[in-house]
Amino acid sequence: MDIQVRVWRQPSSEDSGRMVTYDVKDISPDASFLEMLDVLNEKLILDGDDPSAFDHDCREGICGMCSMVIDGVAHGPERATTTCQLHMRHFKDGDVIDVEPWRAAAFPVIKDLVVDRTAFDKIIQAGGYITAPTGAAPEAHATPVPKKDADLACEAATCIGCGACVAACPNGSAMLFTAAKVAHLGLMPQGQPERDTRVIDMLQAQDDAGFGGCTNAGECTTVCPKGIPLTLIGRLNSDYRKALRKK
Amino acid sequence: MERTEEGLTKAIGLIRGLRDEFWQRVKVPGTGEQLNQNLEKAGRVADFFELAELMCIDALHRRESCGGHFRAESQTADGEALRHDDQFSYVAAWEYATDGGKPTLHKEQLEFEYVHPSTRSYK
Repeated sequence: MDIQVRVWRQPSSEDSGRMVTYDVKDISPDASFLEMLDVLNEKLILDGDDPSAFDHDCREGICGMCSMVIDGVAHGPERATTTCQLHMRHFKDGDVIDVEPWRAAAFPVIKDLVVDRTAFDKIIQAGGYITAPTGAAPEAHATPVPKKDADLACEAATCIGCGACVAACPNGSAMLFTAAKVAHLGLMPQGQPERDTRVIDMLQAQDDAGFGGCTNAGECTTVCPKGIPLTLIGRLNSDYRKALRKK
Repeated sequence: MERTEEGLTKAIGLIRGLRDEFWQRVKVPGTGEQLNQNLEKAGRVADFFELAELMCIDALHRRESCGGHFRAESQTADGEALRHDDQFSYVAAWEYATDGGKPTLHKEQLEFEYVHPSTRSYK
């Protein structure tokens, strides 16, 4: 299939960027979106141009590196799908596809489609961990966890920290990300000792990093490649209120 | 995994040829001023040439069959792996040599006080 892509090109965070149109010919419908960009980059290199920079790593939907807004939607048109798992068969021959980086104040563009997601690390550093010495994997029956809690914790733990939630949010808020981390640890017995300080510190770090506030727009969960549910934000707010009362 | 002295010598020659071609013909787009993913990739390829050559040098040096590593020249009369503990019972660490020199072999001798190496037979 032959398509046109309009790619955001920005040499560095100091430079201004612009959309540049490229023809990409003879793409297999079975190619992933990133493979299509690989083909484009090969052509750019052979033509003596600078290939477009984009983040990628595992290419199997679990690492959270790929991060692009495709036709205005973070990770593109397929629900619950990372960009690397999006295939060209979901587009039509002759399509013109816009490709942009995550756009959020807390995620400055480094180059082209690559943004700096250090702000997520700051949130994790503020409380996304447990300090209880857990040793080797404990005997499962020693610490019973209700099935309902284990399921929800595991669902929250599927967050790969890609940042699509932030890119989709009209406020540039990281609330779904933070909520996923707070829920994943707060539902487990090992996460209880720091449950109160965790939610307060992580929210503070989120505000300090320049993310916006949550207004329950729900765009985040719609684009989330792992389908992290919006209800976790309610859970975070509940944890937050309880923690403030105890403080 | 079977290897021979002839095959390893050939591989080292091929890797060196490819490496020379790489350094003569490599083209890295972009600049040194900005994030340059192409430079990262080129650096990784350069590393792989060094690593590939060293792996072959190490394999060539170890003239024995050991574990899953079968050296065709070192086998028993009925085709089983033949170790040479008197010569190769050590962990090899190779020191990188700058300017294309030969890497230096450092040996950490394997000493077994209680359980001594023996030959496992699957027959």
